[in-house]
Amino acid sequence: MSTPIISIKNLHAEVAGHKILKGFNLEINEGEIHAIMGPNGTGKSTLASVISGNDEYEVTEGEVIFNGKNILELSPDERAAEGVFLAFQYPVEIPGVSNTNFMKAAVNNIREYHGKDPLKAKDFLKLMKEKQALVELEGRLTNRSVNEGFSGGEKKRNEIFQMAMLDPKFAILDETDSGLDIDALKIVANGVNTLHTKENSFLVITHYQRLLDHIIPDFVHVMYDGKIVRTGPKELALELEEKGYDWLKGETV
Amino acid sequence: MGYTEADLEKDLEGKEYEYGFVSDFESDRIDKGLNEDVVRLISNKREEPEWLLEFRLSAYRHWLTMEEPDWAHVKYEKPNFQEIVYYSAPKPKKKLNSLDEVDPELKTMYDKLGISVEEQMRMNGIAIDVIVDSVSVATTFKDTLLKKGIIFMSFSEAVKEYPELVREYLGSVVPAGDNYYAALNSAVFTDGSFCYIPKGVRCPMELSTYFRINDSGTGQFERTLIVADEGSYVSYLEGCTAPSRDENQLHAAVVEIMVKKEAEVKYSTVQNWYPGDAQGKGGVYNFVTKRAMCDGYKSKVSWTQVETGSAVTWKYPSCVLKGDYSEGEFYSVAVTANHQMADTGSKMVHIGKNTKSIIISKGISAGVSENSYRGLVQVNKNAINSRNFSQCDSLLLGDKCGAHTFPYIEVKNRSSQVEHEATTSKIGEDQIFYCQQRGISEEKAISLIVNGYAREVLNQLPMEFAAEAQKLLAITLEGSVG
Repeated sequence: MSTPIISIKNLHAEVAGHKILKGFNLEINEGEIHAIMGPNGTGKSTLASVISGNDEYEVTEGEVIFNGKNILELSPDERAAEGVFLAFQYPVEIPGVSNTNFMKAAVNNIREYHGKDPLKAKDFLKLMKEKQALVELEGRLTNRSVNEGFSGGEKKRNEIFQMAMLDPKFAILDETDSGLDIDALKIVANGVNTLHTKENSFLVITHYQRLLDHIIPDFVHVMYDGKIVRTGPKELALELEEKGYDWLKGETV
Repeated sequence: MGYTEADLEKDLEGKEYEYGFVSDFESDRIDKGLNEDVVRLISNKREEPEWLLEFRLSAYRHWLTMEEPDWAHVKYEKPNFQEIVYYSAPKPKKKLNSLDEVDPELKTMYDKLGISVEEQMRMNGIAIDVIVDSVSVATTFKDTLLKKGIIFMSFSEAVKEYPELVREYLGSVVPAGDNYYAALNSAVFTDGSFCYIPKGVRCPMELSTYFRINDSGTGQFERTLIVADEGSYVSYLEGCTAPSRDENQLHAAVVEIMVKKEAEVKYSTVQNWYPGDAQGKGGVYNFVTKRAMCDGYKSKVSWTQVETGSAVTWKYPSCVLKGDYSEGEFYSVAVTANHQMADTGSKMVHIGKNTKSIIISKGISAGVSENSYRGLVQVNKNAINSRNFSQCDSLLLGDKCGAHTFPYIEVKNRSSQVEHEATTSKIGEDQIFYCQQRGISEEKAISLIVNGYAREVLNQLPMEFAAEAQKLLAITLEGSVG
């Protein structure tokens, strides 16, 4: 029996009175990788923001059950502590805050949420070292400020590094492949594949089929006008790449 | 109706009662008001020599001819100088028996700042069982200094013990009539600190006003004089991160530093005086003159300040770079929240050849506060090949506060180089959300971001001071966003 890790039901959300998600449904089981594709402006990034709790968006209807809890009632940091991770499309720079301090605050806050003691400095640094190696950022993070002066590729790899540090149950990759050259893409994909277990799940938002050559999804969903209009196996991605999205538009309503 | 000194006194009297202190206003106190007789009386009560009385009187006479300046970007009710009491002996505080008797609000603050229990007791005048320890620490401290020939004592002690040194340097950097509040201070200053580092001596420890024995609270008109003789070095700490509630509304201090040839002075301040309540009622006016004279070849002075307190702050720690190759530095973090107002910055006056200065100013405004940077970089004709770099950043929290930058640059030769950079930014919702998505609470996120922003300045502080200052920033801005 597969257990759902997240189940999104009839989700409606809007920003500044503009409706973006219009009855979105999706269920992801433990151990599964799902991909969402679709034209620009159909609400893919909004979905990522709403799940992770960005209050720019207002949820008007529906629910998001994560691990048995309706997480729409939780603050973003509580959701993160519950195990929701978002790899940002545009990672944010925080000048003057070292990656070490940033991750230490994150790891220990989450531990505190679960009633655990803070990680010992030695263990923490060991973990940092190990996870940096995963995305080939050895020694490049420790003393630099969070994302400041990072190249596009480094920023995306830093997102995967942070994901590895926090070991979430469910991670959303929001166009993590955009702006990456093929080598960086492989590093990112390799990071994700290494972290993927039978217990955790991924939702990969992308425009391009090429990422899915490296991160093999169990399902591919096509999103259009605020909801999923088609679901299929990984081959669907290829079909989309060939035909574009226009042919789908007739299928909505 | 303005909020007067008397009102504040009343407010604090109530609080003092809460804290369990006894206010003993009857003893050794002269009537309020200011005139020549009062100046004479102050000098007389302190058993001062004639020359010091003359110094006070000439300052007072000069002050009478001056007008209170109003060019600063701050608004406040001008003090009524006739309503102030200019002399009262330090009030003995009632000894508390345990920390349980301390105001819980203050106690919470101490705990958040991570101030040790012993220190907390000390600050609240609680009799400590382990007092032997702290006395011996202080004694060892004094002994070490004495062996090196370092003089560090209260100003009034120094007047008695080293009159010729005090006489030589008092007013040599900040003349008695320098500006309105410096003149007032020169006329009526009560006490302060005196420090002399002999030739070639490197002071082996941070000199902190906190360590000075007999330091029973800072005065309203404090006077600090530091003289670093040739080739010496000292790092001096002023203030304390713990909240300080003083019954005086107006604080007009003067700090003068004389730095001789090849000497270096590092002066660090953490100011956390009563900023008034959330509605902007009450709070301290902090009008301070701080100036260092880099008198000789390769003299160096470095000011670092973390300003979080006071209702109104008005100060510009300055460097006069007279010696060739002398250097001046100014690092500042000024935080204003609620109704606080700060107009602060620095003055770098280049006189000698090949002189160098740097100004790093980080303003943080929250609430409905106003935070201004004002700075002067003046390069005189003979100060050839001089350099200055200034960076003035402002960070805004919320949309009701103000951040302003007023740089003044005067360069009178062609071989010098002056750079000025300024930025204004808002603490980003996106930054906060990014932290939160990683499991960091909103409050901790703000603290992280603000401390990151101020990092360059905090790095200048001595280590343990820096850690406290960091917490202080977080506490000051608590509840400012969201």
